[in-house]
Amino acid sequence: MSIISPGFGGRRRSSRPDLPPGQYLTHDFPVLSAGPTPRIPLDRWSFTITDEIGGRTSWSWDELNALPQEEFTADIHCVTKWSKLGTTWRGVSLDTLFENVESTADFTMVHSYGGYTTNVPLEDLLDGRAWIAHTFDGEPLHPEHGGPARLVVPALYFWKSAKWVDGIQMLQQDEPGFWEEAGYHMYGDPWREQRYQGD
Amino acid sequence: MTTGFELDGNAMAGDLREIFAVDLTGAVATCAGCGRPSAVAALRVWGPAPGLVARCPGCEDVVLRLVRAPGRAWLDVRGAVSLRIALPEESVAEGPA
Amino acid sequence: MAEARWETPSARTLVLDVPHWPGHLPGQHVDVRLTAPDGYSAQRSYSIASAWRDGGTVELTIQRVADGEVSSYLTDVLEPGRQLELRGPVGGWFVWRGTPSPVLLVAGGSGVVPLMAMIRARGDARGRQPFRLIYSVRTPQDTLYAGELARRVRDDPGLDVRFVYTRKTPDGWPEPPARMGVPVLNSHGWPPDFAPDVFVCGPTSFVEAAADILVALGHDAAKIRTERFGGTA
Repeated sequence: MSIISPGFGGRRRSSRPDLPPGQYLTHDFPVLSAGPTPRIPLDRWSFTITDEIGGRTSWSWDELNALPQEEFTADIHCVTKWSKLGTTWRGVSLDTLFENVESTADFTMVHSYGGYTTNVPLEDLLDGRAWIAHTFDGEPLHPEHGGPARLVVPALYFWKSAKWVDGIQMLQQDEPGFWEEAGYHMYGDPWREQRYQGD
Repeated sequence: MTTGFELDGNAMAGDLREIFAVDLTGAVATCAGCGRPSAVAALRVWGPAPGLVARCPGCEDVVLRLVRAPGRAWLDVRGAVSLRIALPEESVAEGPA
Repeated sequence: MAEARWETPSARTLVLDVPHWPGHLPGQHVDVRLTAPDGYSAQRSYSIASAWRDGGTVELTIQRVADGEVSSYLTDVLEPGRQLELRGPVGGWFVWRGTPSPVLLVAGGSGVVPLMAMIRARGDARGRQPFRLIYSVRTPQDTLYAGELARRVRDDPGLDVRFVYTRKTPDGWPEPPARMGVPVLNSHGWPPDFAPDVFVCGPTSFVEAAADILVALGHDAAKIRTERFGGTA
């Protein structure tokens, strides 16, 4: 049983009925990381989709920026209980990137510079559900928030929106990524409060 | 040299103490990546959310991961080849030869 | 919390009455968890500032951090008589166990807190181990325990304290403000062949810099124990 501290917590956070269960609205943008922030010069940045037989499709930074760009607004929900509503981004839809990828695989492992990984089913990346985003709130995405580019998948807890994304590997079976290996849920739907394995 | 909001393995003391009967910050972990032994307290730690990630001060590979959820905890040690833990000495009773 | 006292305009010591406290070693810390009426909770670690005496209280010195939701609650809102949720004492590595070796303590800002517990424990035990504290602060007004350190240097045999001021020095200080570097650690630390136990505590960049200098000066890395605070509270 917790000891309640009156006067704590009211300042910046509030729970609201339109948030997923257990979430609190925040007005800042917390930085959570599993390791040091990678610094990737744009002339060496690339993003690669690797299919289940090893075929690769890659884009350089310039090539990514030459693709059709989208602006999108998203509510984001972190498993550590903070949520931010109406965040604005600009990036490339995964639908655009997957246009010419032939694959029968249903699952993916998303990879980041620095070694972070997270697994996302392919159908949760397509049909307007995910982007490789490089601009947040009108400004280039800051390195501590995942810049130059990160995956954004608003429908899942934000640990699935891999910072410093460098590629997606197609998989025949669902496999756990970095946090999923350490106890977090394989899918991560905030509306069903799927935070940890077994939830 | 790494920068950022870093803690060290001392910050894992409380969560580890809930799991183990002895303090583990003094345990020596051997990194599975580079073989370097470090006290858990000397590992470079990121966290505490979504979990504690302890990295080797030499090669920065992940050595330990600790996630605390209501009613359970996950300690992932695949990044450590071994953990050497100091235990209080037991006294050995004299017995028949 | 039984009572509180301000150490500086931004740092407050909380005197806690903890029933069934098992005692603690100097250098250990506690985890404090605050829960808001709506269920939101946050947790931070704080070093224990006091030495343990049987039946005594447990003191924490909290440095208010800009935008720190937990630290500012503990310094500005928590009132005597209110309860606080603690876990501890924890930590068995960054601990002074009262051995005879000389000790070098290197503190960056509020990193002095666990080192003060070591100085206090030595004082209570009337210890004679040679102790040197090198304490880096931004300005004289940021110094924690200034009065008590002056008193102990006078009254506890074998304790020396050397301040390093990084932004503003006291009137009459012979040098301009500067970060702690090789000269101070060389002149005011122990020579490596004394084989002192070394405890370094403070923000990450301070701890890394100090540990690197000490190793470069010839201290055995195995005898240097460090505790890093993050940048936030």
